[in-house]
Amino acid sequence: MAKLTGIEIYKHLPKTNCGDCNFPTCMAFAMQVAAKKVGLEQCPHVSAEAKAALSEAQAPPMRTVTLGTGDRALKLGGETVLFRHEEKFHHPTVIAICVQDDLSEDKLAQRIEKINQLQFVRVGQLIGVNAIAVEHTAGETSRFAQTVKLVAERSPLALVLSSTDSQALKAALEICAERRPLLCAATKENFKEFAALAKEAQCPLAVRAATLEELAELTQQVKALGVEDLVLQPEISGLADGLAKLTQLRRLALEKNFRAVGYPVMVSVTSSDPFLETAYAAMFVCKYASLIVLNGAERWQVLPILTVRQNIFTDPQVPNAVEAKLYKVGEPGPHSPVLVTTNFALTYFTVESEVENSRVPSYIAVVDTGGLGVLNAYADDKLTAEAIVKAVKTYGVMEQVAHKKLIIPGLVAVLKGEIEELGGWEVLVGPEEAAGIPAYLRNEWKG
Amino acid sequence: MPVAIPDVKKSWANAINTVTLGATKDEGGTRTKKVTVGGATSLPFHHFEGAMPYPPAIAMEVWDVAPQDWPEVLAEHFKDVWHDPGLWAKKCVEQYGADLICLRLAGCDPVRQNRGPQEAAQAVKRVLESVGVPLIVWGTGNNDKDNEIFPAVAEAASGENCLLGTITEDNYKTLIALCTAYKHKVIAESPCDVNIAKQVNILATDMGFKPEDIVMYPTSAALGYGLEYVYSVMERARLAALRGDKMLSQPMICDIGIEVWGVKEAKASEQELPEWGPQRERGPLWEATTAYVYLLTGADILVLRHPRAVASVREAIKQLMGDGLK
Ligand code: SF4
Repeated sequence: MAKLTGIEIYKHLPKTNCGDCNFPTCMAFAMQVAAKKVGLEQCPHVSAEAKAALSEAQAPPMRTVTLGTGDRALKLGGETVLFRHEEKFHHPTVIAICVQDDLSEDKLAQRIEKINQLQFVRVGQLIGVNAIAVEHTAGETSRFAQTVKLVAERSPLALVLSSTDSQALKAALEICAERRPLLCAATKENFKEFAALAKEAQCPLAVRAATLEELAELTQQVKALGVEDLVLQPEISGLADGLAKLTQLRRLALEKNFRAVGYPVMVSVTSSDPFLETAYAAMFVCKYASLIVLNGAERWQVLPILTVRQNIFTDPQVPNAVEAKLYKVGEPGPHSPVLVTTNFALTYFTVESEVENSRVPSYIAVVDTGGLGVLNAYADDKLTAEAIVKAVKTYGVMEQVAHKKLIIPGLVAVLKGEIEELGGWEVLVGPEEAAGIPAYLRNEWKG
Repeated sequence: MPVAIPDVKKSWANAINTVTLGATKDEGGTRTKKVTVGGATSLPFHHFEGAMPYPPAIAMEVWDVAPQDWPEVLAEHFKDVWHDPGLWAKKCVEQYGADLICLRLAGCDPVRQNRGPQEAAQAVKRVLESVGVPLIVWGTGNNDKDNEIFPAVAEAASGENCLLGTITEDNYKTLIALCTAYKHKVIAESPCDVNIAKQVNILATDMGFKPEDIVMYPTSAALGYGLEYVYSVMERARLAALRGDKMLSQPMICDIGIEVWGVKEAKASEQELPEWGPQRERGPLWEATTAYVYLLTGADILVLRHPRAVASVREAIKQLMGDGLK
């Protein structure tokens, strides 16, 4: 939210100090409004123009645009920073896969089903493709509408309707307007008809132009026609050009509060080379697209893109921790090893991955260290003999195994004696680095 | 009526150091090619506001011993040559176009073959006589072992202007002294922490080592395994450097292949993970994607393994440098 100072608000007040707002002076009232303690409406004398000016100035620097409806609504934009370490990125980039309308009905149905299946569980989170972009290629208006109809029937994903023909879009909107698709895209040639369609259907509208200047001009023209839920689509030629345009757009919106481009940005990255397409998508997830349209629908291609998004949109302020509990890798039994580690997500996932690599089914007892790794947790007295014994006892894991052996991280070998005393188990000192786990479990673990 | 757009270009106080690796005959070495990285005056590939005189360089990883745990989709490209680090390096340069060779002395690791200093030096010599590109030599990460092997390694490569690593907060004196004596550059490692990155640079320069002879290694994480931490640490370091911090102005190296080929997304076969698609595509793409992301945060040297990842990252760099309009 762009913050207004008391002085800026004061300028728009009547300056009569009449006291009707229950504050002694307009200035006192302005200060309270700036501090968000009271609303502007508490002054009965503010003019309509002042209200409009103030609400405009208070609007967030980048608009949040909603695509889709209900449970499946997706938010685009509303971003507040250039770099994720400053705060966090708010609304994960929407990943859309394109479907062209020149496919046979069979092929089309297959492709839709393939896209629907592009959902994965990674580190306990469901991540997936969010939208289908239907592209008008074949010329015939009816063909586009038929394709949109089939996609809408067969997929719950959000819709992006891409055509240069307003008649084709109109026909498609008759089928799916209530799904709140994104219309793509208004240009300087067609913006009047496209804006009218978007306004009538109450759908978000993409605006496309070659330069940032033209883009800014076009958004103003479209906005004047009453459409405010806009998505910017700068034409890009190559990675360097795309990075330059998207970086400048983000800076204009956030650093200059330049309203004409204060909207989320989309890019289309379709390429015949899946690796290059992935390069584009991965980089524009980082810098700074709110929606990306790609062509590739292969699982091996989409998963890394979704994982980049999952990583980059993680909140950097929240210590990245997994739940402290007993985890199973494979199907451990009475002779399986029990390893101790901390709940720092990075530590845990590295350990988990190495245990998986060992192919030895195992238990991992995760101690709550407040999201600290092994050495930090030890230094901070969060990974102590007591904490380990308490956690292992709570999980009751020693009752599930025939041996009474516990493997602790090599970096805290010093805790061995104390744990043995407190827990009454035999303590084995594991490797210092997670990378040593497979060799350790395969060669040293005897059950 | 064209709209006037406010100017958002920034000019930064400081540039990233330039580091040149390799020395030719005239300079006391035997390299036929040198590689320069760094020199950027703005954030990576922000050509609209600053210069980026040198593109990021790709180093391909070669071992002193044949690896035993590389999955087939990776191993198949090197099996014919990996009994000899010289042949292996030659293949990377001639067939896959590597800018640099990164010789990892994995065989010296006590948990592997625990080879000694003379064998390490031998491997270094083999690579130097087999290729003309500059060399990175990466130790075992075991402090005692590294301090035992690097004297022979640094001497064997004397005058070649290699990049040797790594030094850490706890272990830097031996390697810094060697790099000074034998005229090599050094890799300064820190555990994903900007302050420690800076601290290691200060420790090295306090010994009289030139800040311009350091390349930072802020650790690397594979995509999906903490990449975002490293991403932000690198981004913060790069911003601090551009704002004037001379002790963070060093180019950065990312050691990607070793991280990626240790995680299941690259390592696991399709039988194990049918829902993630064929490993032949998935593995190299996981490696390449990790690299694509680090390019944006200031990676100046990328250490990679799979030829397909190498080719694709090279194409991405070309486009990021402004070539190859789509
Ligand atoms: S009611 Fe309005 S005009 Fe009157 S004092 Fe309060 S702010 Fe000023």
